[in-house]
Amino acid sequence: MLDASVRREALDWTGPAAAGAARSMTGAPIIEAHGLRRTFRSRGGGEVEAVRGVDLEVRAGEIVGFLGPNGAGKTTTQRMLTTLLKPTSGEARIVGHDLRREPLQVRRRIGYVAQGGGTDRHAKVGEELVDQARLYGLGAADSARGGRALLADLDLDGAWDRLVGTLSGGQRRRLDIALGLVHDPPLLFLDEPTTGLDPQSRANLWDHIRTLRDERGRTIFLTTHYLDEADALCDRILIIDQGAIIATGTPEDLKKRAAGDTVVLTLRDQAVAARVATLIESRALGSVPRIEGTVVHLGLPDAAARLPGLLRALDDHHVAVLGLEVRRPTLEDVFLTLTGRALRDEEG
Amino acid sequence: MAVARDSLLVFRRTMRLSLRQPVWLLIGLTQPLIYLCLFGPLLKSVAKAPGYPAGDPWRVFVPGLLVQLGLFGTMFVGFGLLREVRDGVIERMRVTPVSRAALFIGRMLRDVLVVTFQGVALLAAGYIMGLRAPWWAFAVGLAILALVGAAFSAASYTLAMRLGDEDTVASTLNMTSIPLLLLSGVLLPMSLAPGWLQSLADVNPLSHIVDGARALFLDGSWSSVYTALAVAAGMVVVCGALATSAFRRDAG
Repeated sequence: MLDASVRREALDWTGPAAAGAARSMTGAPIIEAHGLRRTFRSRGGGEVEAVRGVDLEVRAGEIVGFLGPNGAGKTTTQRMLTTLLKPTSGEARIVGHDLRREPLQVRRRIGYVAQGGGTDRHAKVGEELVDQARLYGLGAADSARGGRALLADLDLDGAWDRLVGTLSGGQRRRLDIALGLVHDPPLLFLDEPTTGLDPQSRANLWDHIRTLRDERGRTIFLTTHYLDEADALCDRILIIDQGAIIATGTPEDLKKRAAGDTVVLTLRDQAVAARVATLIESRALGSVPRIEGTVVHLGLPDAAARLPGLLRALDDHHVAVLGLEVRRPTLEDVFLTLTGRALRDEEG
Repeated sequence: MAVARDSLLVFRRTMRLSLRQPVWLLIGLTQPLIYLCLFGPLLKSVAKAPGYPAGDPWRVFVPGLLVQLGLFGTMFVGFGLLREVRDGVIERMRVTPVSRAALFIGRMLRDVLVVTFQGVALLAAGYIMGLRAPWWAFAVGLAILALVGAAFSAASYTLAMRLGDEDTVASTLNMTSIPLLLLSGVLLPMSLAPGWLQSLADVNPLSHIVDGARALFLDGSWSSVYTALAVAAGMVVVCGALATSAFRRDAG
Protein backbone atom coordinates (compact mmCIF):
# COMPACT_ATOMS: atom_id res chain seq x y z
CA MET A 1 0.00 0.00 0.00
CA LEU A 2 1.24 3.42 -0.86
CA ASP A 3 0.51 5.24 2.37
CA ALA A 4 -0.76 8.77 2.57
CA SER A 5 2.50 10.11 3.99
CA VAL A 6 4.38 9.11 0.86
CA ARG A 7 1.92 11.01 -1.29
CA ARG A 8 2.06 14.01 0.99
CA GLU A 9 5.81 14.05 0.95
CA ALA A 10 5.79 13.82 -2.80
CA LEU A 11 3.67 16.95 -2.87
CA ASP A 12 6.08 18.76 -0.56
CA TRP A 13 8.82 18.15 -3.05
CA THR A 14 6.93 19.37 -6.04
CA GLY A 15 5.80 22.46 -4.13
CA PRO A 16 8.75 24.83 -4.45
CA ALA A 17 9.48 23.75 -7.99
CA ALA A 18 5.92 24.32 -9.11
CA ALA A 19 6.25 27.85 -7.83
CA GLY A 20 9.03 28.33 -10.34
CA ALA A 21 11.75 28.72 -7.75
CA ALA A 22 13.82 25.70 -8.60
CA ARG A 23 15.07 26.48 -12.06
CA SER A 24 18.26 28.23 -10.99
CA MET A 25 19.60 26.02 -8.24
CA THR A 26 17.29 27.43 -5.61
CA GLY A 27 15.23 24.28 -4.97
CA ALA A 28 15.96 21.98 -2.05
CA PRO A 29 18.55 19.28 -2.75
CA ILE A 30 16.80 16.14 -3.98
CA ILE A 31 19.97 14.11 -4.60
CA GLU A 32 23.05 14.58 -2.43
CA ALA A 33 25.86 12.09 -2.92
CA HIS A 34 29.22 12.13 -1.18
CA GLY A 35 32.14 9.88 -2.04
CA LEU A 36 30.04 7.24 -3.79
CA ARG A 37 32.38 4.45 -4.76
CA ARG A 38 31.88 1.10 -6.37
CA THR A 39 34.39 -1.61 -7.14
CA PHE A 40 33.85 -4.79 -9.09
CA ARG A 41 35.83 -7.97 -8.89
CA SER A 42 37.49 -8.51 -12.24
CA ARG A 43 37.83 -11.88 -13.98
CA GLY A 44 41.48 -12.05 -13.01
CA GLY A 45 40.57 -11.75 -9.33
CA GLY A 46 41.69 -8.14 -8.91
CA GLU A 47 39.43 -5.21 -8.11
CA VAL A 48 38.27 -2.71 -10.68
CA GLU A 49 37.18 0.68 -9.42
CA ALA A 50 34.29 1.67 -11.68
CA VAL A 51 33.36 4.74 -9.64
CA ARG A 52 36.10 6.35 -7.59
CA GLY A 53 34.19 8.78 -5.42
CA VAL A 54 31.32 10.72 -6.87
CA ASP A 55 30.08 13.89 -5.16
CA LEU A 56 27.03 15.42 -6.70
CA GLU A 57 24.02 17.51 -5.86
CA VAL A 58 20.78 17.85 -7.76
CA ARG A 59 18.09 20.32 -6.72
CA ALA A 60 14.34 19.90 -6.97
CA GLY A 61 12.90 21.04 -10.27
CA GLU A 62 16.10 20.81 -12.33
CA ILE A 63 16.71 18.84 -15.48
CA VAL A 64 20.26 17.64 -14.96
CA GLY A 65 22.25 16.05 -17.76
CA PHE A 66 24.73 13.37 -16.79
CA LEU A 67 27.43 13.00 -19.43
CA GLY A 68 30.49 10.87 -19.76
CA PRO A 69 32.30 8.62 -22.19
CA ASN A 70 31.54 4.90 -21.98
CA GLY A 71 33.43 3.29 -19.14
CA ALA A 72 33.53 6.59 -17.24
CA GLY A 73 31.29 5.24 -14.48
CA LYS A 74 28.08 6.84 -15.75
CA THR A 75 25.97 3.69 -15.76
CA THR A 76 27.40 2.42 -12.47
CA THR A 77 26.64 5.75 -10.77
CA GLN A 78 23.11 5.78 -12.11
CA ARG A 79 22.55 2.18 -11.00
CA MET A 80 23.70 3.09 -7.50
CA LEU A 81 21.42 6.13 -7.34
CA THR A 82 18.44 4.01 -8.44
CA THR A 83 19.09 1.30 -5.78
CA LEU A 84 20.01 -1.35 -8.37
CA LEU A 85 23.60 -1.53 -7.15
CA LYS A 86 24.89 -1.17 -3.62
CA PRO A 87 27.70 1.37 -3.25
CA THR A 88 30.99 -0.07 -1.95
CA SER A 89 31.32 3.08 0.14
CA GLY A 90 29.98 6.62 0.30
CA GLU A 91 26.66 8.17 1.27
CA ALA A 92 23.69 9.49 -0.62
CA ARG A 93 20.34 10.99 0.31
CA ILE A 94 17.70 10.76 -2.36
CA VAL A 95 14.34 12.51 -1.95
CA GLY A 96 15.06 12.78 1.75
CA HIS A 97 16.01 9.15 2.38
CA ASP A 98 19.29 7.40 2.92
CA LEU A 99 20.22 5.32 -0.11
CA ARG A 100 22.02 2.60 1.84
CA ARG A 101 19.73 2.29 4.84
CA GLU A 102 16.31 2.96 3.29
CA PRO A 103 16.39 1.70 -0.31
CA LEU A 104 12.69 0.86 -0.13
CA GLN A 105 11.78 4.45 0.77
CA VAL A 106 13.97 5.68 -2.07
CA ARG A 107 12.30 3.28 -4.54
CA ARG A 108 8.86 4.61 -3.61
CA ARG A 109 9.94 8.15 -4.52
CA ILE A 110 11.89 7.72 -7.74
CA GLY A 111 10.94 6.71 -11.24
CA TYR A 112 13.44 4.98 -13.50
CA VAL A 113 13.26 4.59 -17.24
CA ALA A 114 16.01 2.33 -18.54
CA GLN A 115 17.56 2.81 -21.95
CA GLY A 116 15.83 -0.17 -23.54
CA GLY A 117 12.59 0.38 -21.64
CA GLY A 118 11.13 -2.57 -19.81
CA THR A 119 7.92 -3.67 -21.45
CA ASP A 120 6.79 -7.01 -22.82
CA ARG A 121 5.68 -6.74 -26.43
CA HIS A 122 2.90 -9.29 -25.85
CA ALA A 123 1.39 -7.22 -23.05
CA LYS A 124 -1.27 -4.59 -23.58
CA VAL A 125 -0.43 -0.97 -22.77
CA GLY A 126 -3.14 -0.68 -20.13
CA GLU A 127 -2.09 -3.93 -18.46
CA GLU A 128 1.51 -2.81 -18.12
CA LEU A 129 0.44 0.53 -16.61
CA VAL A 130 -1.96 -1.04 -14.12
CA ASP A 131 0.48 -3.77 -13.08
CA GLN A 132 3.28 -1.25 -12.62
CA ALA A 133 1.11 1.01 -10.43
CA ARG A 134 -0.01 -1.99 -8.38
CA LEU A 135 3.61 -2.97 -7.78
CA TYR A 136 3.86 0.41 -6.03
CA GLY A 137 0.89 -0.57 -3.88
CA LEU A 138 -1.87 1.39 -5.57
CA GLY A 139 -5.35 -0.13 -5.84
CA ALA A 140 -6.74 -1.47 -9.11
CA ALA A 141 -9.19 1.39 -9.74
CA ASP A 142 -6.65 4.12 -8.92
CA SER A 143 -4.08 2.40 -11.09
CA ALA A 144 -6.38 2.34 -14.09
CA ARG A 145 -7.48 5.95 -13.60
CA GLY A 146 -3.89 7.18 -13.19
CA GLY A 147 -2.72 5.10 -16.15
CA ARG A 148 -5.32 6.60 -18.48
CA ALA A 149 -4.43 10.12 -17.34
CA LEU A 150 -0.75 9.45 -18.03
CA LEU A 151 -1.52 8.19 -21.53
CA ALA A 152 -3.44 11.38 -22.21
CA ASP A 153 -0.57 13.52 -20.86
CA LEU A 154 1.91 11.74 -23.12
CA ASP A 155 -0.26 11.86 -26.27
CA LEU A 156 -0.97 8.14 -26.17
CA ASP A 157 -4.76 8.39 -26.03
CA GLY A 158 -6.40 5.32 -27.45
CA ALA A 159 -3.37 3.09 -26.88
CA TRP A 160 -4.84 1.45 -23.76
CA ASP A 161 -5.90 -1.80 -25.47
CA ARG A 162 -3.04 -1.99 -27.95
CA LEU A 163 -0.27 -4.57 -27.70
CA VAL A 164 3.04 -2.99 -26.75
CA GLY A 165 4.66 -4.66 -29.75
CA THR A 166 2.47 -2.66 -32.15
CA LEU A 167 3.60 0.76 -30.87
CA SER A 168 6.07 2.89 -32.82
CA GLY A 169 9.52 3.59 -31.34
CA GLY A 170 8.48 7.03 -30.10
CA GLN A 171 5.21 5.75 -28.62
CA ARG A 172 7.04 2.96 -26.85
CA ARG A 173 9.49 5.43 -25.31
CA ARG A 174 6.57 7.53 -24.06
CA LEU A 175 4.98 4.40 -22.59
CA ASP A 176 8.29 3.66 -20.83
CA ILE A 177 8.18 7.15 -19.35
CA ALA A 178 4.54 6.72 -18.34
CA LEU A 179 5.55 3.52 -16.52
CA GLY A 180 8.18 5.50 -14.64
CA LEU A 181 5.54 8.00 -13.53
CA VAL A 182 2.68 5.77 -12.30
CA HIS A 183 3.45 6.53 -8.64
CA ASP A 184 3.89 10.26 -9.25
CA PRO A 185 7.56 10.37 -8.21
CA PRO A 186 9.20 13.76 -7.61
CA LEU A 187 12.43 12.48 -9.19
CA LEU A 188 12.72 10.69 -12.53
CA PHE A 189 15.83 9.00 -13.91
CA LEU A 190 15.94 8.80 -17.71
CA ASP A 191 18.67 6.71 -19.28
CA GLU A 192 19.42 7.71 -22.89
CA PRO A 193 15.76 8.52 -23.52
CA THR A 194 15.98 9.39 -27.22
CA THR A 195 18.41 6.76 -28.48
CA GLY A 196 17.13 5.29 -31.72
CA LEU A 197 14.34 7.82 -32.26
CA ASP A 198 13.83 9.77 -35.47
CA PRO A 199 14.38 13.56 -35.20
CA GLN A 200 10.69 14.36 -35.01
CA SER A 201 9.96 11.87 -32.19
CA ARG A 202 13.06 13.14 -30.47
CA ALA A 203 11.92 16.77 -30.48
CA ASN A 204 8.49 15.63 -29.36
CA LEU A 205 9.98 13.69 -26.44
CA TRP A 206 12.05 16.71 -25.41
CA ASP A 207 8.84 18.72 -25.19
CA HIS A 208 7.29 16.09 -22.96
CA ILE A 209 10.36 16.04 -20.71
CA ARG A 210 10.26 19.82 -20.36
CA THR A 211 6.58 19.62 -19.52
CA LEU A 212 7.35 17.19 -16.71
CA ARG A 213 9.57 19.84 -15.16
CA ASP A 214 7.52 22.92 -15.97
CA GLU A 215 4.02 21.74 -15.14
CA ARG A 216 4.64 19.12 -12.51
CA GLY A 217 7.83 20.50 -11.01
CA ARG A 218 9.58 17.18 -11.32
CA THR A 219 13.31 16.74 -11.14
CA ILE A 220 14.88 14.86 -14.03
CA PHE A 221 18.24 13.16 -13.98
CA LEU A 222 19.01 12.44 -17.60
CA THR A 223 21.85 10.37 -18.96
CA THR A 224 22.64 11.04 -22.57
CA HIS A 225 25.20 10.52 -25.30
CA TYR A 226 23.86 13.41 -27.35
CA LEU A 227 25.44 16.74 -26.53
CA ASP A 228 22.84 18.66 -28.49
CA GLU A 229 20.22 16.99 -26.32
CA ALA A 230 22.02 18.01 -23.14
CA ASP A 231 22.37 21.53 -24.50
CA ALA A 232 18.74 21.87 -25.51
CA LEU A 233 17.16 20.22 -22.51
CA CYS A 234 19.30 20.50 -19.41
CA ASP A 235 19.42 23.28 -16.83
CA ARG A 236 22.69 21.91 -15.56
CA ILE A 237 25.24 19.37 -16.64
CA LEU A 238 27.44 16.96 -14.71
CA ILE A 239 30.40 15.47 -16.53
CA ILE A 240 31.90 12.25 -15.23
CA ASP A 241 35.21 10.83 -16.36
CA GLN A 242 37.34 8.02 -14.97
CA GLY A 243 34.94 7.44 -12.11
CA ALA A 244 34.68 10.99 -10.76
CA ILE A 245 32.73 14.16 -11.56
CA ILE A 246 35.11 16.49 -13.38
CA ALA A 247 32.84 19.45 -14.16
CA THR A 248 29.40 20.79 -13.37
CA GLY A 249 27.57 23.90 -14.50
CA THR A 250 24.96 25.24 -16.86
CA PRO A 251 25.70 24.51 -20.51
CA GLU A 252 26.55 28.22 -20.98
CA ASP A 253 28.96 28.22 -18.03
CA LEU A 254 30.75 25.15 -19.21
CA LYS A 255 31.17 26.52 -22.70
CA LYS A 256 32.52 29.80 -21.39
CA ARG A 257 34.90 28.09 -18.98
CA ALA A 258 36.23 25.31 -21.08
CA ALA A 259 36.33 26.73 -24.58
CA GLY A 260 35.89 30.33 -25.73
CA ASP A 261 34.34 31.66 -28.94
CA THR A 262 36.14 31.28 -32.24
CA VAL A 263 36.23 33.98 -34.95
CA VAL A 264 36.75 33.00 -38.59
CA LEU A 265 37.88 35.74 -41.02
CA THR A 266 37.92 35.24 -44.80
CA LEU A 267 40.35 37.54 -46.67
CA ARG A 268 41.18 38.35 -50.29
CA ASP A 269 44.35 36.26 -50.63
CA GLN A 270 46.96 34.40 -48.65
CA ALA A 271 49.25 37.41 -48.34
CA VAL A 272 46.54 39.40 -46.64
CA ALA A 273 45.73 36.44 -44.42
CA ALA A 274 49.35 36.21 -43.31
CA ARG A 275 49.46 39.96 -42.66
CA VAL A 276 46.30 39.79 -40.57
CA ALA A 277 47.66 36.85 -38.56
CA THR A 278 50.83 38.79 -37.76
CA LEU A 279 48.84 41.84 -36.82
CA ILE A 280 46.59 39.88 -34.48
CA GLU A 281 49.56 38.19 -32.86
CA SER A 282 51.60 41.36 -32.39
CA ARG A 283 48.73 43.41 -30.97
CA ALA A 284 47.32 40.50 -28.89
CA LEU A 285 43.86 40.90 -30.41
CA GLY A 286 43.05 37.25 -29.81
CA SER A 287 44.64 33.88 -29.21
CA VAL A 288 47.29 32.45 -31.56
CA PRO A 289 45.72 32.63 -35.04
CA ARG A 290 45.68 29.70 -37.42
CA ILE A 291 45.85 30.27 -41.19
CA GLU A 292 44.07 27.99 -43.65
CA GLY A 293 44.59 29.43 -47.13
CA THR A 294 42.75 32.73 -47.18
CA VAL A 295 40.98 32.02 -43.91
CA VAL A 296 42.21 32.98 -40.43
CA HIS A 297 40.84 31.28 -37.29
CA LEU A 298 41.40 32.81 -33.90
CA GLY A 299 40.17 32.14 -30.41
CA LEU A 300 38.38 35.17 -29.00
CA PRO A 301 36.88 34.67 -25.54
CA ASP A 302 33.77 36.80 -25.10
CA ALA A 303 33.63 37.59 -28.81
CA ALA A 304 30.48 39.69 -28.53
CA ALA A 305 32.35 42.39 -26.58
CA ARG A 306 35.72 42.18 -28.27
CA LEU A 307 34.76 41.81 -31.93
CA PRO A 308 34.18 45.55 -32.61
CA GLY A 309 37.73 46.33 -31.37
CA LEU A 310 39.21 43.71 -33.65
CA LEU A 311 37.31 45.00 -36.70
CA ARG A 312 38.31 48.61 -35.95
CA ALA A 313 41.98 47.57 -35.79
CA LEU A 314 41.72 45.77 -39.13
CA ASP A 315 40.01 48.78 -40.65
CA ASP A 316 42.83 51.06 -39.38
CA HIS A 317 45.24 48.88 -41.31
CA HIS A 318 43.11 49.00 -44.44
CA VAL A 319 42.33 45.28 -44.45
CA ALA A 320 39.18 44.37 -46.37
CA VAL A 321 37.36 41.54 -44.63
CA LEU A 322 35.37 39.45 -47.13
CA GLY A 323 33.72 37.18 -44.64
CA LEU A 324 33.23 37.06 -40.89
CA GLU A 325 31.87 34.26 -38.76
CA VAL A 326 31.67 33.91 -34.99
CA ARG A 327 31.48 30.33 -33.78
CA ARG A 328 30.06 29.70 -30.34
CA PRO A 329 31.62 26.71 -28.61
CA THR A 330 29.52 23.58 -28.48
CA LEU A 331 29.35 21.09 -25.63
CA GLU A 332 31.36 18.89 -27.95
CA ASP A 333 34.27 21.37 -27.59
CA VAL A 334 33.79 21.43 -23.82
CA PHE A 335 33.84 17.70 -23.66
CA LEU A 336 36.93 17.45 -25.80
CA THR A 337 38.76 20.03 -23.67
CA LEU A 338 37.82 18.38 -20.37
CA THR A 339 38.23 14.70 -21.17
CA GLY A 340 40.51 14.78 -24.20
CA ARG A 341 37.97 12.58 -25.94
CA ALA A 342 34.97 13.09 -28.14
CA LEU A 343 31.86 11.65 -26.52
CA ARG A 344 30.55 9.90 -29.62
CA ASP A 345 33.86 8.22 -30.46
CA GLU A 346 33.45 6.14 -27.36
CA GLU A 347 30.20 4.56 -28.41
CA GLY A 348 29.95 0.96 -29.35
CA MET B 1 1.33 -9.80 3.65
CA ALA B 2 3.34 -7.91 1.05
CA VAL B 3 5.09 -10.98 -0.40
CA ALA B 4 1.78 -12.79 -0.96
CA ARG B 5 0.14 -9.76 -2.54
CA ASP B 6 3.14 -9.01 -4.76
CA SER B 7 3.49 -12.67 -5.75
CA LEU B 8 -0.13 -12.73 -6.82
CA LEU B 9 0.39 -9.61 -8.94
CA VAL B 10 3.44 -11.10 -10.64
CA PHE B 11 1.62 -14.43 -11.09
CA ARG B 12 -1.35 -12.78 -12.76
CA ARG B 13 0.86 -10.82 -15.12
CA THR B 14 2.98 -13.81 -16.20
CA MET B 15 -0.05 -16.11 -16.46
CA ARG B 16 -1.85 -13.59 -18.65
CA LEU B 17 1.17 -13.35 -20.94
CA SER B 18 1.54 -17.14 -21.10
CA LEU B 19 -2.12 -17.61 -22.01
CA ARG B 20 -1.63 -15.16 -24.86
CA GLN B 21 0.69 -17.74 -26.46
CA PRO B 22 -1.09 -21.01 -25.58
CA VAL B 23 0.88 -22.94 -28.20
CA TRP B 24 3.82 -23.21 -25.78
CA LEU B 25 1.61 -24.70 -23.09
CA LEU B 26 0.51 -27.40 -25.54
CA ILE B 27 4.05 -28.12 -26.73
CA GLY B 28 5.02 -28.78 -23.12
CA LEU B 29 2.24 -31.35 -22.97
CA THR B 30 3.34 -33.40 -25.97
CA GLN B 31 6.54 -34.74 -24.42
CA PRO B 32 4.99 -36.87 -21.64
CA LEU B 33 2.29 -38.05 -24.04
CA ILE B 34 4.95 -39.23 -26.50
CA TYR B 35 6.67 -41.18 -23.72
CA LEU B 36 3.36 -42.62 -22.70
CA CYS B 37 2.37 -43.76 -26.18
CA LEU B 38 5.73 -44.71 -27.71
CA PHE B 39 7.65 -46.01 -24.69
CA GLY B 40 4.85 -47.32 -22.44
CA PRO B 41 3.86 -50.29 -24.63
CA LEU B 42 7.44 -51.67 -24.44
CA LEU B 43 6.99 -52.15 -20.71
CA LYS B 44 4.44 -54.92 -21.18
CA SER B 45 7.23 -57.41 -21.85
CA VAL B 46 9.92 -55.77 -19.69
CA ALA B 47 7.57 -55.98 -16.69
CA LYS B 48 7.98 -59.76 -16.67
CA ALA B 49 11.73 -59.43 -16.01
CA PRO B 50 12.89 -60.43 -12.52
CA GLY B 51 13.31 -57.39 -10.27
CA TYR B 52 10.59 -55.33 -11.97
CA PRO B 53 8.01 -54.20 -9.39
CA ALA B 54 4.96 -56.40 -9.24
CA GLY B 55 1.68 -55.00 -10.46
CA ASP B 56 0.24 -53.42 -13.57
CA PRO B 57 3.10 -51.82 -15.59
CA TRP B 58 1.01 -48.62 -16.15
CA ARG B 59 0.93 -48.16 -12.37
CA VAL B 60 4.73 -48.33 -12.39
CA PHE B 61 5.36 -46.19 -15.44
CA VAL B 62 2.83 -43.32 -15.23
CA PRO B 63 3.87 -42.17 -11.71
CA GLY B 64 7.46 -42.00 -13.02
CA LEU B 65 6.31 -39.93 -15.99
CA LEU B 66 4.57 -37.55 -13.58
CA VAL B 67 7.88 -36.89 -11.82
CA GLN B 68 9.66 -36.56 -15.16
CA LEU B 69 7.06 -33.99 -16.22
CA GLY B 70 7.82 -32.07 -13.03
CA LEU B 71 11.47 -31.95 -14.07
CA PHE B 72 11.22 -31.34 -17.83
CA GLY B 73 8.09 -29.21 -17.67
CA THR B 74 9.80 -26.54 -15.59
CA MET B 75 13.56 -26.80 -15.96
CA PHE B 76 13.63 -24.55 -19.04
CA VAL B 77 11.62 -21.67 -17.54
CA GLY B 78 14.88 -19.82 -16.88
CA PHE B 79 15.15 -19.13 -20.61
CA GLY B 80 11.92 -17.14 -20.47
CA LEU B 81 13.35 -15.21 -17.54
CA LEU B 82 16.51 -14.41 -19.51
CA ARG B 83 14.34 -12.93 -22.24
CA GLU B 84 12.59 -10.78 -19.65
CA VAL B 85 15.96 -9.70 -18.26
CA ARG B 86 17.07 -8.71 -21.74
CA ASP B 87 13.82 -6.80 -22.35
CA GLY B 88 14.47 -4.85 -19.13
CA VAL B 89 11.27 -6.10 -17.48
CA ILE B 90 13.10 -7.50 -14.44
CA GLU B 91 15.14 -4.35 -13.97
CA ARG B 92 12.06 -2.17 -14.25
CA MET B 93 10.41 -4.22 -11.50
CA ARG B 94 13.52 -4.24 -9.31
CA VAL B 95 13.36 -0.44 -9.10
CA THR B 96 9.83 -0.67 -7.67
CA PRO B 97 9.28 -1.53 -3.99
CA VAL B 98 8.03 -5.01 -4.99
CA SER B 99 9.32 -7.86 -2.82
CA ARG B 100 12.31 -9.56 -4.47
CA ALA B 101 10.98 -12.99 -3.47
CA ALA B 102 7.66 -12.21 -5.17
CA LEU B 103 9.42 -11.63 -8.50
CA PHE B 104 10.23 -15.33 -8.61
CA ILE B 105 7.36 -16.77 -6.54
CA GLY B 106 4.80 -15.25 -8.92
CA ARG B 107 6.55 -16.81 -11.91
CA MET B 108 6.98 -20.12 -10.10
CA LEU B 109 3.24 -20.24 -9.32
CA ARG B 110 2.53 -19.84 -13.03
CA ASP B 111 4.90 -22.73 -13.83
CA VAL B 112 3.30 -24.92 -11.15
CA LEU B 113 -0.18 -24.24 -12.48
CA VAL B 114 0.87 -25.00 -16.06
CA VAL B 115 2.67 -28.22 -15.13
CA THR B 116 -0.23 -29.39 -12.96
CA PHE B 117 -2.61 -28.85 -15.84
CA GLN B 118 -0.27 -30.90 -18.03
CA GLY B 119 -0.21 -33.55 -15.31
CA VAL B 120 -4.01 -33.78 -15.38
CA ALA B 121 -3.85 -34.36 -19.13
CA LEU B 122 -1.13 -36.99 -18.68
CA LEU B 123 -3.16 -38.86 -16.05
CA ALA B 124 -6.24 -38.71 -18.27
CA ALA B 125 -4.27 -40.18 -21.17
CA GLY B 126 -2.85 -42.82 -18.80
CA TYR B 127 -6.40 -43.72 -17.73
CA ILE B 128 -7.34 -44.23 -21.37
CA MET B 129 -4.30 -46.49 -21.84
CA GLY B 130 -5.43 -48.62 -18.89
CA LEU B 131 -4.09 -47.02 -15.71
CA ARG B 132 -6.39 -47.73 -12.76
CA ALA B 133 -5.90 -46.49 -9.20
CA PRO B 134 -7.98 -44.95 -6.38
CA TRP B 135 -8.89 -41.25 -6.87
CA TRP B 136 -6.67 -40.11 -4.02
CA ALA B 137 -3.64 -41.63 -5.75
CA PHE B 138 -4.31 -39.29 -8.68
CA ALA B 139 -4.73 -36.32 -6.34
CA VAL B 140 -1.61 -36.95 -4.26
CA GLY B 141 0.29 -37.74 -7.46
CA LEU B 142 -0.57 -34.27 -8.77
CA ALA B 143 0.57 -32.76 -5.45
CA ILE B 144 3.95 -34.49 -5.83
CA LEU B 145 4.15 -33.22 -9.41
CA ALA B 146 3.39 -29.66 -8.26
CA LEU B 147 6.15 -29.78 -5.62
CA VAL B 148 8.73 -31.19 -8.03
CA GLY B 149 7.71 -28.57 -10.60
CA ALA B 150 8.06 -25.77 -8.05
CA ALA B 151 11.54 -26.95 -7.04
CA PHE B 152 12.88 -27.19 -10.60
CA SER B 153 11.25 -23.94 -11.61
CA ALA B 154 13.05 -22.20 -8.72
CA ALA B 155 16.29 -23.98 -9.64
CA SER B 156 15.99 -22.89 -13.25
CA TYR B 157 15.39 -19.25 -12.26
CA THR B 158 18.37 -19.41 -9.92
CA LEU B 159 20.62 -20.67 -12.72
CA ALA B 160 19.32 -18.03 -15.11
CA MET B 161 19.90 -15.17 -12.63
CA ARG B 162 23.33 -16.43 -11.59
CA LEU B 163 24.72 -17.47 -14.97
CA GLY B 164 23.02 -14.82 -17.04
CA ASP B 165 23.22 -16.24 -20.56
CA GLU B 166 21.41 -18.96 -22.51
CA ASP B 167 24.45 -20.99 -23.53
CA THR B 168 25.78 -21.49 -20.02
CA VAL B 169 22.32 -22.24 -18.64
CA ALA B 170 21.64 -24.76 -21.43
CA SER B 171 24.85 -26.71 -20.92
CA THR B 172 24.42 -26.70 -17.13
CA LEU B 173 20.88 -28.05 -17.49
CA ASN B 174 21.99 -30.77 -19.92
CA MET B 175 24.82 -31.81 -17.66
CA THR B 176 22.58 -32.17 -14.61
CA SER B 177 19.18 -33.24 -15.92
CA ILE B 178 20.19 -36.43 -17.78
CA PRO B 179 21.99 -38.06 -14.79
CA LEU B 180 19.18 -36.88 -12.52
CA LEU B 181 16.64 -38.56 -14.78
CA LEU B 182 18.58 -41.81 -15.42
CA LEU B 183 19.33 -42.20 -11.72
CA SER B 184 15.72 -41.61 -10.72
CA GLY B 185 14.35 -44.84 -12.18
CA VAL B 186 11.66 -43.06 -14.15
CA LEU B 187 12.11 -45.09 -17.33
CA LEU B 188 13.17 -48.39 -15.81
CA PRO B 189 12.94 -49.02 -12.05
CA MET B 190 16.23 -48.90 -10.14
CA SER B 191 15.35 -52.29 -8.67
CA LEU B 192 16.76 -53.66 -11.95
CA ALA B 193 20.09 -51.92 -11.35
CA PRO B 194 23.34 -53.45 -10.03
CA GLY B 195 24.34 -52.48 -6.50
CA TRP B 196 26.72 -49.61 -7.35
CA LEU B 197 24.11 -47.97 -9.58
CA GLN B 198 21.50 -48.33 -6.85
CA SER B 199 23.77 -46.60 -4.34
CA LEU B 200 24.21 -43.73 -6.78
CA ALA B 201 20.44 -43.54 -7.21
CA ASP B 202 20.01 -43.41 -3.43
CA VAL B 203 21.68 -39.98 -3.26
CA ASN B 204 19.41 -38.64 -5.99
CA PRO B 205 16.39 -37.03 -4.30
CA LEU B 206 14.31 -37.69 -7.43
CA SER B 207 14.65 -41.47 -7.03
CA HIS B 208 12.98 -41.26 -3.59
CA ILE B 209 10.21 -39.17 -5.07
CA VAL B 210 9.70 -41.66 -7.92
CA ASP B 211 9.63 -44.54 -5.41
CA GLY B 212 6.99 -42.73 -3.37
CA ALA B 213 4.86 -41.91 -6.41
CA ARG B 214 4.98 -45.57 -7.49
CA ALA B 215 4.05 -46.78 -4.02
CA LEU B 216 1.10 -44.43 -4.16
CA PHE B 217 -0.29 -45.95 -7.37
CA LEU B 218 0.72 -49.55 -6.57
CA ASP B 219 -1.09 -49.32 -3.20
CA GLY B 220 2.24 -49.79 -1.48
CA SER B 221 3.58 -48.31 1.71
CA TRP B 222 2.42 -44.89 2.79
CA SER B 223 5.75 -44.30 4.49
CA SER B 224 7.50 -44.02 1.12
CA VAL B 225 4.73 -41.64 -0.06
CA TYR B 226 5.41 -39.43 2.97
CA THR B 227 9.14 -39.62 2.22
CA ALA B 228 8.47 -38.51 -1.36
CA LEU B 229 6.36 -35.55 -0.21
CA ALA B 230 8.94 -34.56 2.40
CA VAL B 231 11.87 -34.79 -0.04
CA ALA B 232 9.96 -32.79 -2.66
CA ALA B 233 8.95 -30.14 -0.10
CA GLY B 234 12.57 -29.94 1.09
CA MET B 235 13.72 -29.35 -2.49
CA VAL B 236 11.18 -26.54 -2.84
CA VAL B 237 12.47 -24.87 0.34
CA VAL B 238 16.14 -25.14 -0.68
CA CYS B 239 15.66 -24.07 -4.30
CA GLY B 240 13.24 -21.32 -3.24
CA ALA B 241 15.82 -19.87 -0.86
CA LEU B 242 18.48 -19.97 -3.58
CA ALA B 243 16.16 -18.26 -6.05
CA THR B 244 15.21 -15.53 -3.57
CA SER B 245 18.82 -14.72 -2.91
CA ALA B 246 19.56 -14.74 -6.65
CA PHE B 247 16.80 -12.15 -7.23
CA ARG B 248 18.01 -10.09 -4.28
CA ARG B 249 21.57 -9.92 -5.51
CA ASP B 250 22.98 -6.74 -7.06
CA ALA B 251 22.27 -6.79 -10.75
CA GLY B 252 25.91 -6.08 -11.70
